[in-house]
Amino acid sequence: VSADAVASTTTVPAKVRDLGRGVGRSVDRPDGTPKVTGDFAFSSDLHHDRMLWGRTLRSPHPHARIRSIDTSAAAAMPGVVCVLTADDVPGAKNYGLEHADQPVFAADVVRFHGEAVAAVAAEHPEQALRAIRAIEVDYEVLEPLTDPELAIDADPIHPDGNLFRHLPLRHGDPEATGEVVVEGTYDVGMQDQAFLGPESGLAIPSEDGGVELLISTQWLHVDHGQVAACLGLPPEKVRLTLAGVGGAFGAREDVSLQVHACLLALTTGRPVKIQYSREESFHGHVHRHPARMWFRHHATRDGDLVKVEARLLFDGGAYTSTSPAVLANGVCFAAGPYRVPNAVIEGWAVRTNNPPCGAMRGFGVVQVCFGHEAQMDALAAELGMDPVELRLRNALAPGDRLLTGQVLTGTAPVREVIEACVAHALPPDASADEPMALPGGAGLTAQHGDVRRGTGIAVSIKNLMYAEGFDDDSTAGVRLELGTDGRPTATVHCAAAEVGQGFVTLAQQIVRSELHVDRVVLRPADTGIGSAGSTSASRQTWMSGGAVQLASRAVRQVLLERAAAREGEPVAGARRVRFDLRGDEVVDIDSGVAVPVAELLADGPVEEVGEHHHAPTSPLDEDGQGDAHVSFAFAAHRAVVDVDPDLGLVKVVHIATGQDVGKALNPRAVTGQIEGGIAQGVGLAVMEEIVVDHGRIRNPSFTDYLIPTVLDMPTVAATLIEQPEPGAPYGAKGVGEPPTISSTPAVVAAIRDATGLPLSRVPVRPQDIALAPRARGDTSAPRARGDALAPAPGAEGAP
Amino acid sequence: MPDSPTPDSPTPDSPTPDSPTPDPTTPAPNARPPDPPDAATPDAPTPDAPTPGAPTPDALAYELTINGRSHAVPSAWLGESLLYVLRERLGMPGSKNACDQGECGSCSILFDGDLVCACCVMAADAVDADVRTVEGLAPSVGRGDVAPGAGRESDADGEVSDVQQAFLDEGAVQCGFCIPGMIVAVHDLLDHDPAADELRVREALSGNLCRCTGYGRILQAVATVQDRRAGVRP
Repeated sequence: VSADAVASTTTVPAKVRDLGRGVGRSVDRPDGTPKVTGDFAFSSDLHHDRMLWGRTLRSPHPHARIRSIDTSAAAAMPGVVCVLTADDVPGAKNYGLEHADQPVFAADVVRFHGEAVAAVAAEHPEQALRAIRAIEVDYEVLEPLTDPELAIDADPIHPDGNLFRHLPLRHGDPEATGEVVVEGTYDVGMQDQAFLGPESGLAIPSEDGGVELLISTQWLHVDHGQVAACLGLPPEKVRLTLAGVGGAFGAREDVSLQVHACLLALTTGRPVKIQYSREESFHGHVHRHPARMWFRHHATRDGDLVKVEARLLFDGGAYTSTSPAVLANGVCFAAGPYRVPNAVIEGWAVRTNNPPCGAMRGFGVVQVCFGHEAQMDALAAELGMDPVELRLRNALAPGDRLLTGQVLTGTAPVREVIEACVAHALPPDASADEPMALPGGAGLTAQHGDVRRGTGIAVSIKNLMYAEGFDDDSTAGVRLELGTDGRPTATVHCAAAEVGQGFVTLAQQIVRSELHVDRVVLRPADTGIGSAGSTSASRQTWMSGGAVQLASRAVRQVLLERAAAREGEPVAGARRVRFDLRGDEVVDIDSGVAVPVAELLADGPVEEVGEHHHAPTSPLDEDGQGDAHVSFAFAAHRAVVDVDPDLGLVKVVHIATGQDVGKALNPRAVTGQIEGGIAQGVGLAVMEEIVVDHGRIRNPSFTDYLIPTVLDMPTVAATLIEQPEPGAPYGAKGVGEPPTISSTPAVVAAIRDATGLPLSRVPVRPQDIALAPRARGDTSAPRARGDALAPAPGAEGAP
Repeated sequence: MPDSPTPDSPTPDSPTPDSPTPDPTTPAPNARPPDPPDAATPDAPTPDAPTPGAPTPDALAYELTINGRSHAVPSAWLGESLLYVLRERLGMPGSKNACDQGECGSCSILFDGDLVCACCVMAADAVDADVRTVEGLAPSVGRGDVAPGAGRESDADGEVSDVQQAFLDEGAVQCGFCIPGMIVAVHDLLDHDPAADELRVREALSGNLCRCTGYGRILQAVATVQDRRAGVRP
């Protein structure tokens, strides 16, 4: 973020602590010091003196029948203690987040390249690696189903069929038409979360026949349920504790090594550590759904949207994961943050033999945003209207209806985020004196005179928290007591997974604000308390922040009651509260008598648990209508790029953004989320794609799957729009996902502006620019390609 | 399916999608080829490899000098990387393993003063080398007082280097996995080029991947260190 742009929000006073460390301040992370010194214990740093190393054998085929597995040679190798296959799974054979359809180990059929087939435990990781190579699996190779357009009509590749979900949405008059119509088909490639800390965990058998698992995950309790079921153990014999998490971004929602590690530990009676290599990590977690999407936008000649039609096909890969919910997000937000009176949307999420896909930051909205924003640019071009003006003209506002019929009852500063975004100053032109700053960077490949500049804008809407009637909740406990030095000390217990986003900081800030106690200690997150739900869907600030707030307020109430009891008075009279927590004292407002909190705690600790639910939502009906969502966050991004059209190289120079945050509870941390989210959006725009060839991942490494380096990352200028959201604790909206959503289409719009190419697919690869038929001077956005998704005249149905 | 699949040609040389491990009979590629062990270390371990299929973890004993202190490695397999030995044998997990192939910089260390990835150095090649890790940057910080996965109350901050302090002050840390390696790289950069401009800083840190921050706060932290060292900012 450029210094001037967010000076008001990111400049941190040197002595923050003197100004208070509560909500609204840019407070330091409690885990910051150990993270900079190397002392912080990530899951891969865990060590046990007697531990074995686990390793997973994975299928080299995207689709094959397993005729036989011979583990005898592996089991006889030096150092090998245990070899497990599907026959050794004592409980449920399958697991899954929404639907248990993924085998712990493939038993009869493998359905994707990298599916787990067996696992070993050995004294040394090299011995474990050699042992899995010595396992002889006799495969009958089958034709993989890799084209999602063929999935619905193809023979089922799983007993549950090839369709995860079909979701139609009808809103308003489906026959409505506009005077101006634009149509296009768009593709989004498979993106990887690419967190830095690969999957890892340590399972330790316990004396009661159960197991302790120290694990990096996004949701301890949903892991817990799946692990216990697969182990065939009662829930109380399986205990999970969060180990240090090296990023998540959705990839840790599904079970990876959890069951394998526990099963190896229980079988061997020894602690077992599993740590994925980067290559195994690419095979071992879900990815962002590749999508093929057809859109047709109708508008009046004046630029008012009349109707949006869309057909969306999401490739879910081999197993369900969160595909149904990802698809629902795509369908519900297919038109973006605009007022659209009529819509006909239809979405499918299908099963193929491609790698499984599930949650990733933006969760289904990233895909459709790339499409609807390209459509808005195409419409602006058709209308001869400025793209920003078209968006402002159609921007959603409070009281408007979404495609689902739901009325926006909360804040919806769409106009404000757009205006704040485009108000940022444009960066200076590329300089001939800085060749390294040109496209191609340190390769020094581009000539200054060949470089063309382009600018693009995109806007997004993202639902916050879970949807469609799910009763989401989070639990937190707060205990206030005197420390050994006589000072009040608060301890927070919450199972919310800290994955880097800063919930640990926020939990401390909330307790400080509510209880005016400076010393706040966090217990490890574990399954010894109720679920906090997943660290996903931009929900932990609202949900677990809300639970910590509730628990803190319950503690505060007990303090007031203790003070009132001393005075022999009720806490509140008929008309008003008589006692209040002011500073570190409880004050009797009428008498002026003040009792220090420390004195009230001499009677013993106060411990309360808060359970926070958001307002209920409804399922979608057969027309995709219903109040299915809780709250929405909006963002606008403007990208400036330099392109060398002959080389196909792009340098993203600058991103300006306006983001609806409700209320920034830790402005510096919000800025970090915005910058980090934009980096992932830039990555999807110009470099990140898992290349899947006949079902096989061809680039499972950081050599071949490129994520933005600091040289690739543009300068970011951000404005936070603060309009407190009714119903949200402190008015704060989740901030993690929006930066990733509209940054991608903004970058691609800028490349279109620079090149005149339609560019209907992300990531935009060098060949998409350098080898494309030239259309210089034509800056219109993509047009239809006569794709299979476009409905044939008079024909509706499967894609 | 228009194209015929190639079901019988999985990844070359690899029956599984696991990372190919260096054949113990051939030397692993080094990011920075150290001096020939024979010349530098008369008592260096023999280059004889263990029998394929039967790594013998107790084959070798050697000593490494890490952060100025000598550490005995009483029994190790020749194929182990310096990163593995640091993390798993010497109890110094500050250097992280995120890619195993020298792409991400999470295991950045100084090897005789050169910034290298510890995952690409064979541990036995580090005998007689001066190895500096993140653990050597802040000498008085204690170990093992942080609950796994939990934050801790930060009043009891240990001593940190000026680069580490700037990372804290500027909010440059999120998940933190890349941070130890990043900080080693920043120290190396500013030791050699204290007044590096932003483009030079970006170039110098481009071998250190971060997935959380988008690098904005990290660049700000580097600028803060430069200002503080130059005395223009407290």
